[in-house]
Amino acid sequence: MEISLTVNGTEHTTDVPDNSLLVEIIRERLNLTGTHVGCDTSQCGACTIHMDGRSVKSCTVLAGQADGADITTIEGIGTVDALHPMQEAFRENHALQCGFCTPGMIMSAIDLVENGKPLDERSVREGLEGNLCRCTGYHNIVKAVLDAQDKM
Amino acid sequence: MTSETGIGAAVKRKEDARFITGAGHYTDDINQPGQLYAVFVRSMYPRAEIRSIDVSSALAMEGVVAAYTGADLAADEIGDLPCGWMVKSKDGSDMIQPPHPPVAVSVVNYVGEPYAMVVAETLQAARDGAEAVTADFNELPVVVDLASAHGADQIHEAAPGNQCYDWELGDREATDAAFASADHVTSLDIVNNRLIPNAMEPRAAVGMYEAATGNYTLYTTSQNPHLERLILAAFVNVAAESKLRVVSPDVGGGFGSKIFVYAEETAVIWAAGKLARAIKWRADRSESFLADAHGRDHLTKAELALKADGTFVGLRVKTVANMGAYLSLFASSVPTYLYGTLLAGQYRTPAIYVEVQSVFTNTAPVDAYRGAGRPEATYVVERLVETAARELGKDPADIRRLNFIQPEDFPYETPVALTYDTGDYDASLKKAIELIGYDGFAERKASSEANGKKRGIGFSCYIEACGLAPSQVALSLGAGVGLFESAEVRVDVTGSVSVMTGCHSHGQGHETTFAQIVSDKLGIPFENVDVVHGDTGRSDYGLGTYGSRSLVVGGSAIVKATDKVIAKSRKIAAHMLESTEENVDFEEGTFSVTDSNQSITFPEVAFSAYVPGNYPLDELEPGLSEKAFYDPENFTYPAGAHICEVEVDPETGKVEIVNFVAVDDFGEIINPMIVAGQVHGGLAQGIGQALLEHAIYDESGQLVTGSYMDYTMPRADDMPNFVVDTTVTPCTHNPLGAKGCGEAGAIGSTAAVMNALTDALGVVDVPMPATPETVWRAMEGE
Repeated sequence: MEISLTVNGTEHTTDVPDNSLLVEIIRERLNLTGTHVGCDTSQCGACTIHMDGRSVKSCTVLAGQADGADITTIEGIGTVDALHPMQEAFRENHALQCGFCTPGMIMSAIDLVENGKPLDERSVREGLEGNLCRCTGYHNIVKAVLDAQDKM
Repeated sequence: MTSETGIGAAVKRKEDARFITGAGHYTDDINQPGQLYAVFVRSMYPRAEIRSIDVSSALAMEGVVAAYTGADLAADEIGDLPCGWMVKSKDGSDMIQPPHPPVAVSVVNYVGEPYAMVVAETLQAARDGAEAVTADFNELPVVVDLASAHGADQIHEAAPGNQCYDWELGDREATDAAFASADHVTSLDIVNNRLIPNAMEPRAAVGMYEAATGNYTLYTTSQNPHLERLILAAFVNVAAESKLRVVSPDVGGGFGSKIFVYAEETAVIWAAGKLARAIKWRADRSESFLADAHGRDHLTKAELALKADGTFVGLRVKTVANMGAYLSLFASSVPTYLYGTLLAGQYRTPAIYVEVQSVFTNTAPVDAYRGAGRPEATYVVERLVETAARELGKDPADIRRLNFIQPEDFPYETPVALTYDTGDYDASLKKAIELIGYDGFAERKASSEANGKKRGIGFSCYIEACGLAPSQVALSLGAGVGLFESAEVRVDVTGSVSVMTGCHSHGQGHETTFAQIVSDKLGIPFENVDVVHGDTGRSDYGLGTYGSRSLVVGGSAIVKATDKVIAKSRKIAAHMLESTEENVDFEEGTFSVTDSNQSITFPEVAFSAYVPGNYPLDELEPGLSEKAFYDPENFTYPAGAHICEVEVDPETGKVEIVNFVAVDDFGEIINPMIVAGQVHGGLAQGIGQALLEHAIYDESGQLVTGSYMDYTMPRADDMPNFVVDTTVTPCTHNPLGAKGCGEAGAIGSTAAVMNALTDALGVVDVPMPATPETVWRAMEGE
């Protein structure tokens, strides 16, 4: 099937097998490898991206479901020279170690700040419950999200 | 210049720029032109004889390029996956090492063991091909239960009673005598629950082969690429070391599970050679659950003998350790030299005797997982100590203080083969007690009770042995490799520096910490130092990263190489300044002649080293690049005090950690921000073991916790905020005075949580993980 989608501001039209997953299109067709696959079953959150402004786990979205959608991946939110406040907060607060969960964590956290109520420690923890991190014990991630909230 | 980025500074990490922008390069991000995809066909039986495997249907499918079985690898003389540590039984006999072909040949021995591999043009075609492989199995009796594995149906022809070894350490007679004279004996039956490491990045491999040169390149998720290459070359016979480059790029966490050489990358690199095509494989998470090496899994009977005043007089420990179906790379060393040797803990217990019987079962191999043996030892000692304090009516802090090895006792030789170099255990305990507000605990407990909650507090004063060493001692105890580390400090013509290390960073931040060390010592900007790791083509050799060894062993090698650079630079500088070596000082990047105003900077010396116009080349070679190998004199001994406070809801059995304090002595610290992060992560894993995580096989040998729906990973809302702090007694035998911090969190915390929980409930023991159901049952007296 042919699908059209906008990814990080660029429109793409591509022919994909019917059973393609959105994450496969992002990683393999568009070579945007910042979006990671950690579990294939939407439980770890490493593949989190924004679809029409809300965070979704791209390993359980069919590419066809994203036809016409506006997609933002970790590569689309900031650059090394112009970081998104959430990216900056993750670095400042040492909220990442191996970096594998980080793109998904940042994408979830941005959605949490932008589309929810004002956050406190408890609500950040509950809001990020769908993103697994094995390195940080979440301590500094929570700090980073609260820090970024003040700057976004 | 170096104060903000030098040793001791909380420098922001160099590696973060790529990780926060999605520009990291993990193995699965690497693609080669025309690459094929591999999918493994895995046993659904825990134990079966393979009568036949038929790959013909798979081969007939569109896109399938090849399908291989264990017999194909065997026909190419691909060797077994070895175990790298020979442990001897009490009677002096060698441990049993059953055959472990990378791809099963005649039997399968755990669910998930690969018995065929399908290679195809696309991942989808490889998956479809794998589905089409058929096999005829004859199911055999299954051994799952650890307690009865010894004496159950024999899994391996070579291992009667399913025993791998029956090992001992310590003085049995002296310990028995201590027990005979004791006023009190505290006994516990302890289960150390089986865990699955679950690094967030699944294991992966990309294998490549160039027919014209015979060169192989393997990108893989390894904590120790040089060791991977050595084993693939020397034992598995893939290729000569010089023909095999192993690259371990960005790796998404390891926690031990990526130390080992596994079936999948072995088969992938071999098949890449057969087909002369690049081949990629990445584990699905369910494959990670089934086929990554698991951790822990001990059954222990432990007894502590005391005088009436609480003085420890003897410790007796008998453990059965699960090896799983085969011996993984370092499996044999974990419940022996990394466990039995740690049973003295922080205490002057004069007599200790430990026996460890390790057995095979029809489960995935068990090997090192963060802490590796030391969490199990700490759990035994600290649960016993806390229980003894309760039985004798002593304060848990007081009984520990009464028995601590004192600062003046160092170096202290334990009854279980280690010599601790330094420490001040009461300093950490004192600080932890202050930080948690121990004085106010009774009041907080009363307040919880008024709210219908049960509150408890638990201590854990752990010790660990890190930076496994020295090589000659390890080799004499059965290690198959040395345990030194290498470094190269390569100064460029313009004064920038590349540091090559044999350690590998998969979250630890070496690119930052090691650059801090070198920039501090050379007095050059932190930004001018790049750390190179994870590529056998770029650094000489190395043993990789595990056992909290990177800073203490790898960092010490870097210091040694940096000192050589400074020594040679000083000679060149002396010529340039028309002085003598003895009269040239080096400070903050500048060489100056003593008592004069003549000076020259390090970059100027570096330039002259490569443009050698002003020093005699018959005395000094051109260039400025130095290598060093560092072999430690001893282990390092990080130690600390963890205190946990829990609140339990008696209606539901839910446990909440309301306070957690960790005070650790890691010796000198290079980057306190990174060290705190390491502790946080370790604490989450230790708390996860106590309250959440459990790998369960049912009695038929199926893994019933094979997904994130079934295996409870710590999530953000399960974890508390941590209070972490440090005390410092510098390590006495390495140039950094550092002890290592990678595993402490996971080692100390589990016992603190369970001591707090049993205190809250007023019971002797609760099995781990203490899920709400388990806790509720414990409260009901079940």
